[in-house]
Amino acid sequence: MTWNDLKSALAETGYIASETLSMALHLALVLGRPLLLEGEAGVGKTQVAKTLSQIRDTNLIRLQCYEGLDSAAAIYEWNYQRQLLSIRTAGDDQSSDELEDRIFSEKYLLSRPLLQAIQQEVPPVLLIDEIDRADEEFEAYLLEVLSDFQISIPELGTVTAKSKPIVILTANGTRDLSDALRRRCIYSYVDYPDRKTELTILNARQPGLNEKLSEQIVGFVQALRKEELEKKPGIAETLDWAAAIAGLGVNDLSDDPVTLQASLVCLLKTQSDLAAVPTEIAQRLAGKAA
Amino acid sequence: MPVTKFPTSADGVADRMSGFMAHLRMNGMPAGVAETEASLEAMQAVNMLDMSEARLALKVICANDAERFERFDELFEAYWLNDGRERQRPGKPDDKPHQKNRWSNQSVFENGMETSSSGTQDLPEEDDGKDASQSCDGKLIASKIKNANKADLREFIKPEDLAYAEKVAKRIAKTIRDRRSRRRKAARRGANLDLRKIARKSVSTGGEPIELFKRHKPDRPVHLVALLDVSGSMSVYARVFLAFLKGLISADQRTDAYLFHTQLVRISDALRDGDTFRSVNRLSMMAQGFGGGTKIGSNLELFNAQYASKTVNGNSVVVILSDGYDTDPPEKLEQALRRLKKRGCKIIWLNPLKGWKDYEPVAKGMSAALPHLDLFAAANTLDGLAALEPHLAKT
Repeated sequence: MTWNDLKSALAETGYIASETLSMALHLALVLGRPLLLEGEAGVGKTQVAKTLSQIRDTNLIRLQCYEGLDSAAAIYEWNYQRQLLSIRTAGDDQSSDELEDRIFSEKYLLSRPLLQAIQQEVPPVLLIDEIDRADEEFEAYLLEVLSDFQISIPELGTVTAKSKPIVILTANGTRDLSDALRRRCIYSYVDYPDRKTELTILNARQPGLNEKLSEQIVGFVQALRKEELEKKPGIAETLDWAAAIAGLGVNDLSDDPVTLQASLVCLLKTQSDLAAVPTEIAQRLAGKAA
Repeated sequence: MPVTKFPTSADGVADRMSGFMAHLRMNGMPAGVAETEASLEAMQAVNMLDMSEARLALKVICANDAERFERFDELFEAYWLNDGRERQRPGKPDDKPHQKNRWSNQSVFENGMETSSSGTQDLPEEDDGKDASQSCDGKLIASKIKNANKADLREFIKPEDLAYAEKVAKRIAKTIRDRRSRRRKAARRGANLDLRKIARKSVSTGGEPIELFKRHKPDRPVHLVALLDVSGSMSVYARVFLAFLKGLISADQRTDAYLFHTQLVRISDALRDGDTFRSVNRLSMMAQGFGGGTKIGSNLELFNAQYASKTVNGNSVVVILSDGYDTDPPEKLEQALRRLKKRGCKIIWLNPLKGWKDYEPVAKGMSAALPHLDLFAAANTLDGLAALEPHLAKT
């Protein structure tokens, strides 16, 4: 599969990827390296992984990172309650060695995403979402897992990967990632799409929209991103808004200022942003977009 | 499209690729052997004769953060699309375009690429921004420490001594700053066990405490604010005190420093200049420019009004470096200090005169200030400054 094939395969599934992104994805697949995606929220970083798992017809295993994420939530944990129950109910007839072997068997192991990912027969897509929210220690541990694809459990031994998962990491700049992690990854910065790409995305995701209206919608959002906003609307917001506009039965953005203004809640998600775009500005942008 | 002409001696794709990595490295990208390897491998996975494809491939491998990602195209062009900039170099004639080696008729990006005398790289100037401060705290200081410790600060002018003053200050700043709260908070890695939480969570495992929860005492760093008197009477000490301030301030970003004489100037930013000797010289010149009388009282009042609300709170230590000779009425100083004290801060007054034999704080200003000070100490020798460490730890 060349990278152009990959790009069209993505497009068929409804993900319009930029050239850089499809090249990065292609190389990540070919070289067997993790792919690190950075960019603003709502530009479709997470969606890449979902689409890829669709194309390859494999599982998507997702690990959402957060501050304080530890190995018990990311790798594995012993099922303590079950072990205790087992100990309590065991009679005296069982030797302690037997009991120990039993309660430290895989039956009592709760695998978390990272362990799950390396135990699959078919290489899954492992999405490590918002890696920059996790602590640095976890990042360091992740480096180890990503280079060896094996996890050692003291009581059980080392679990080696049955198949190498396709790893996609996303980050949006909560903190700086270490250079070591960056260098191990194929990197791509995902930016807001340009007008043409966004129009293609909108048409792919919301096929029923009339052509003029979808052009207006994209034009409006593109213009809105140039305004001074706290949180610029991403593609997800554009799609939401388009659905809202269509649902409200609007056929032309400049028709109904009141509805337009009311529907902006789909695009602008903070109070100050909503205040920064009063009816006059919305009308001006809509006029430009038309 | 102009394409860089590589020397005939260049040994194929691998050689040029490592040359490109060297080019990236020199432009501040962390590209090494691993990247070269990955790039060469990637070249096999894409059509490397198509330049835009090769560019994308190299970009996603070598540029690994947003900023580098943006810069990459420029660097790429500078290396691969630089039409023999060095061809015009005298003594290197435009040479033998048809002489080809094993690789030269299959260039990386263009068939039949010519070869010429040299590859071109944009070499940035070697950055040797070594601080004067760094270059001077070498061996010299070891032999001078004894003198420096005993001599009155008035005699200081040498950069080594300034560097030493700075070092002392850094140590003191650390002593003052490292504070722990007395309360304990839940933490993932802490020194103490959180028994209440362990007991609570053990309910779900039938009373067996399986998971241990910890607590620790969070850091409560102290915030330093330094006020330096640079009036005429203090001018002999000004330089070394400035170096001292610099040491205090460079220990962390929240420290604040001010100069005063008849006016108050905030100098935190000027002091963060990397070059000790230069910044101290600059500031002492600035300070000398004013010289003359001191208005400690009104300056402190001004400080209270303008800056204190933002910078001084219960976790602050205000360090005043002054000889206490004030042209303002002593009541003013007393009032200003009392107001400052109400913010909950500690006030330390370092007075170079106190180290003199038979010194009594008889200057009216000084005696008015005394009741509000948490520490009143000498500061006329480096020993004196260094000896403050244990006292400051207690304040």
